[in-house]
Amino acid sequence: MIENRPFTTLFAHVMLICGVALVAFPIWVTFVAATHDAVRMTQVPLPLLPGDQFLVNMKAVLFDGVQSAGGIPVGLMLFNSLIVAMMISIGKIAISLISAFAIVYFRFPFRMGFFWMIFITLMLPVEVRIFPTFKVVADLQMLNSYMGMSLPLIASATATFMFRQVFLTIPDEMLEAARVDGAGPMRFFWDILIPMSRTNIAALFVILFIYGWNQYLWPLLITTDAEYFTVVMGIKQMLESAELSPEWNLIMMTTLLAMVPPIFVVLSMQKMFVQGLTETDK
Amino acid sequence: MLKRVHFGPSILPYLLVAPQIIITIVFFIWPASQALYQSFLLEDAFGLGSEFVKFENFQALFDDKYYLGAFKRTAFFSFVVAFSAMSIALALAAMIDRISRGVYTYRTLLIWPYAVAPVVAGALWVFMFDPTLGIFAYALNTVGYDWNHKLNGGEAMGLVIVAAVWKQIAYNFLFFVAAIHSIPKSLIEAAAIDGAGPFKRFWSIIFPLITPTTFFLLVVNIVYAFFDTFGIVHAITQGGPAKATEILVYKVWYDGSVALDLGGSAAQSVILMGIVIVMTVIQFRYIERKVEY
Repeated sequence: MIENRPFTTLFAHVMLICGVALVAFPIWVTFVAATHDAVRMTQVPLPLLPGDQFLVNMKAVLFDGVQSAGGIPVGLMLFNSLIVAMMISIGKIAISLISAFAIVYFRFPFRMGFFWMIFITLMLPVEVRIFPTFKVVADLQMLNSYMGMSLPLIASATATFMFRQVFLTIPDEMLEAARVDGAGPMRFFWDILIPMSRTNIAALFVILFIYGWNQYLWPLLITTDAEYFTVVMGIKQMLESAELSPEWNLIMMTTLLAMVPPIFVVLSMQKMFVQGLTETDK
Repeated sequence: MLKRVHFGPSILPYLLVAPQIIITIVFFIWPASQALYQSFLLEDAFGLGSEFVKFENFQALFDDKYYLGAFKRTAFFSFVVAFSAMSIALALAAMIDRISRGVYTYRTLLIWPYAVAPVVAGALWVFMFDPTLGIFAYALNTVGYDWNHKLNGGEAMGLVIVAAVWKQIAYNFLFFVAAIHSIPKSLIEAAAIDGAGPFKRFWSIIFPLITPTTFFLLVVNIVYAFFDTFGIVHAITQGGPAKATEILVYKVWYDGSVALDLGGSAAQSVILMGIVIVMTVIQFRYIERKVEY
């Protein structure tokens, strides 16, 4: 605090409260909608205070889904989302760790060639190469599978760059000492590099988990079998059916359930996430 | 780039980069080159054969008033989204810098839309503005405004913009907070001693010093508005009414999967790839530059 200006401080608080209200109001409305029964949700004006149907609605969507949208249990969709998000985040971290290790710690022909090849992936978001990628996945017989949903999203330049940056800050003496003690490359990798980059791995995990959980266009394109629908896709189908028979209480309950896991991950690992985001994305 | 102390040549490094390189080739480079190749082909109406047509697909795109319309719309959309999301975030970051109590609480309450999927953000806003039931539509109705984004293109665009901005504020906020925080306190204190008030200090010291972050965020926000908003558009308007919210990334998907014009869709992909590559290069150039205090 540089000077004491009660008025500006008050103004700052008022502005921040307005900001929080802007950010939080949609979530509040969602929560309220998820606590009423279907009949109440068709009468205008819609309620602004919670009702008592929260658990009833939750049970209904988790086990039976929304009937007009195919009745796929949201529990199953949440499970699919979890699998895909975990496969994407763990897969990305694993392959980026080892490729960054190779690029930083080994001298070998075509090293820079590989580096540039990885760099290119940074420039090609899945949205712009969507149909040819679909064809590749179809030829590999990976439609309607967890593999097909996650593998094409796994290669990531960002994660490789971040680990490269982290490895470059690790002092050379570490490797010298490890060598004197007779450690080979893989031993050095497991016992020194991994433990030393633990916080970066955790921060990256938060970002990648959200990225994986929120994938929409890709799963939408390659899954036709309801067994593999993710919750984010499910919401879209419910919105379509809402045109005919709006069951907003159930749709909003599903929306709430779809938001909870990523929000939980962000808030529970807030410190690491904030640090990781502002330092790696740059 | 390479460590001074490193391991000698062996088969091991190849094995280590292999998974990433294989995935890159199979799912990135090969499909991208296919898109490029396909953009020069014209499929016949029955999908039986295709013919090499050089730049005709691109020519057709630039003669197509719908494509040009989508281009202008995307430019407008991404400018408005980037500008609004960044200004709101910067205002909030400047405010949080002024207070000493409750910083953590405010930050926690402001950051979580980052974790919300674009489709989910779309669902939240479409629910609040549903013409028959939505809470805001009802409020507007009581003051005599008849809201219907399913019929009115301008309102549909407005709703998509609001949802897109809402989701992006959290991300920008975190970067602005980090940037403002890293400015040496002595500079601010010196200005305060010289008699500069909070407003003056913000515009003549803080704002110029965070320029690199602002540029970085500008690029990130434009890329976000170009690509990540597909889910928002798909959930709220499906590009309608009458294509009023059809942005480029939505059109690529629509032309490829609904209208089944593969050559045209591929040509659009190639143009989008060009845009992303230019953005990435700009982004990297600015990251290299650091401000000197």
